[in-house]
Amino acid sequence: MYRYDEFDAGFVKERVDAFRDQVARRLKGELTEEQFRPHRLMNGLYLQLHAYMLRVAVPYGTLDSRQMRKLAHIARVYDKGYGHFTTRQNIQYNWPTLADTPAILDELASVEMHAIQTSGNCIRNVTADHFAGAAADEIDDPRPYAEILRQWSSIHPEFSFLPRKFKIAVNGAARDRAAIQAHDIGLQIVRDAQGEIGFAVYVGGGMGRTPMIATKIRDFLPVADLLAYTQAIVRVYNLEGRRDNKYKARIKILVHEKGAEWMRAAVEAEFAAAPRVGIELPAEEVARIKAYFAPPDLAPRAHSLAFEARRRSDPAFAAFVASNIAAHRMDGYGIVTISLKPIGGAPGDASADQMDAVADIAERYALGEIRVSHEQNLVLPHVALEDAPAVFDALAACGLATANAGLITDIIACPGLDYCALATARSIPVAQRISQRFGDTARARDIGQLKIKISGCINACGHHHVGHIGILGLERKGVETYQITLGGSGDETCSMGALTGPGFSSEEVVDAIERIVDAYRMLRTDESEDFLTAYRRVGMQPFKEALYETSKGADI
Amino acid sequence: MLWKNGAFVDDPWRAIAEGEDPPPAGHVILPLDWWLQERDAFANSNAPIGLRVEPGVSIETFLQDLGRVSLIALSFPKFGDGRAFSTAALLRERHGFRGEIRAVGDVLLDQLQMMERCGFDSFEIKDPTVQRLLSERGAPAYSRFYQPGAGAEGQADGPRPWARKRI
Repeated sequence: MYRYDEFDAGFVKERVDAFRDQVARRLKGELTEEQFRPHRLMNGLYLQLHAYMLRVAVPYGTLDSRQMRKLAHIARVYDKGYGHFTTRQNIQYNWPTLADTPAILDELASVEMHAIQTSGNCIRNVTADHFAGAAADEIDDPRPYAEILRQWSSIHPEFSFLPRKFKIAVNGAARDRAAIQAHDIGLQIVRDAQGEIGFAVYVGGGMGRTPMIATKIRDFLPVADLLAYTQAIVRVYNLEGRRDNKYKARIKILVHEKGAEWMRAAVEAEFAAAPRVGIELPAEEVARIKAYFAPPDLAPRAHSLAFEARRRSDPAFAAFVASNIAAHRMDGYGIVTISLKPIGGAPGDASADQMDAVADIAERYALGEIRVSHEQNLVLPHVALEDAPAVFDALAACGLATANAGLITDIIACPGLDYCALATARSIPVAQRISQRFGDTARARDIGQLKIKISGCINACGHHHVGHIGILGLERKGVETYQITLGGSGDETCSMGALTGPGFSSEEVVDAIERIVDAYRMLRTDESEDFLTAYRRVGMQPFKEALYETSKGADI
Repeated sequence: MLWKNGAFVDDPWRAIAEGEDPPPAGHVILPLDWWLQERDAFANSNAPIGLRVEPGVSIETFLQDLGRVSLIALSFPKFGDGRAFSTAALLRERHGFRGEIRAVGDVLLDQLQMMERCGFDSFEIKDPTVQRLLSERGAPAYSRFYQPGAGAEGQADGPRPWARKRI
């Protein structure tokens, strides 16, 4: 993984020192909250319902054991003993004090981490496929490009006061695990006819109140032009994006209102006119950054008899293997997803002890590498299958062996009304109740691949638009109401979910989800047809009937 | 008060408001709309002219005047409105404007260096707290950057072509 050099370390130290000064000025009253806000946001510090919330960047979701231990330490010393992993592959702490934040940033800097640009109207943490560098279907590792974008966008003098936040995602595999078409800029690594690596460039995707699927404006962008082309897009957006209404300020609205063709032409014109000095990427510099992410030297492992024996003899391990271990590009290895979705738990939460345990397990069995997925789970990207039983046992010992990755109980939820000042309804308790309803592993496995995503307001931080089943919590006359959408997907077949109809009360919503799931099980051709495929085949109508007309059937 | 080259300085320029009498001789900053209507009247004048430009106005609107004007004042109606950062960058890198680019309006202390890196070289500071902080300790001066910019900076040590350091 990437390692800071003297320049990177010096950059972060300067910023931490400046923020310490800004905090001191705020505490002395020299800065009003309004004047302080852009600085605290630039350093990932939000003012939430009950306290400050600090969001720490985990660039493209890649961490090592040393960094995970530091995150655990911060949770223990400066928070209430836990942290919350987010859909932007970051971690947030919900209870730091303002006075402590400079010290926390110092702690982070000591392990090459920071909280820069995890909030505010700037270019946010660049995300990437959480299986990067390990996936069997990878064209090229997206992380070196994400790292180059991370550096270039850090405290960018021209792009720190954009109309709205700006999110970039990079995917390097055939399967889109980074939801690039739901981003302001989505970059898909492709090869051209000559076999050269480049990017298909998507612009103007996003969720929020007005969900939009991104438009492809470039089929092939050479690697050398990555920064120049990104600069052109962001410059067009900075000058032309709407600033009269914050809900219409994302680049997706600009693309929607002006049209994809206008956007493409404006970006290409800006790209053609801008000087390239300093932002054109020389091949040797790309190679230098790529070297940090070189595939680890994995010793070949024979087919593991111990692995097979345990799988045959232990149904719990077999279930874990089936859902939580994905194909690795090397034979004899697997990618292990550590579910942060225990049955009945709050999605994405991890205690300090659990973080330490993951750090230890990663160090012992997985080259010390850890990933945070945008689905709020952790990932050990390189585990020898021979070691999988030991990894499973070690995870089980700290409550982290839930065998539900990709299943109905692997729910994404925003913090919702329990924490967030913007929320209109609770999210986490709904996720917990759904998780309990479907908590039986055999039942969840029978239902198969099913992504439920829950947002507690229309800003859609829980990504409900791209949930196979999406749940949106709203407030109607002082009462929480949950709307349901079906058929969303954030992968390469990106689609936005469609509303089923009237919403459901907090009491009704779990039953409603169960009716949808039961309808799916009746409708599927066989067990191999997953929910999304079945929905796309049969459409909304049978689900509507199941949801809203069940009483007729029940009464007869 | 006008902040320029790291100090508060006397301002030779006079800003003329919309509807004010025609400008006397000397350095005057005119609202862009006025200039666009009246520029023929200045055809035989050598008086130094500055233009005040609001965000959202395309440089194309006054492209033909860039050789005539000595100063462009880019307005920040709110500090969060960052359009003028791009306008300044375009004036410098695309159009080769060598005159003064001035930030006017709601300008935060911690924005000054970013503005400088986009090509601004003078700053009208109205907020008394910002005035005091600038007098006492100057503007923030970070020394490492991850992208090329205008201002007093050069290539940083190391292999990265995009890294810069303050000189």
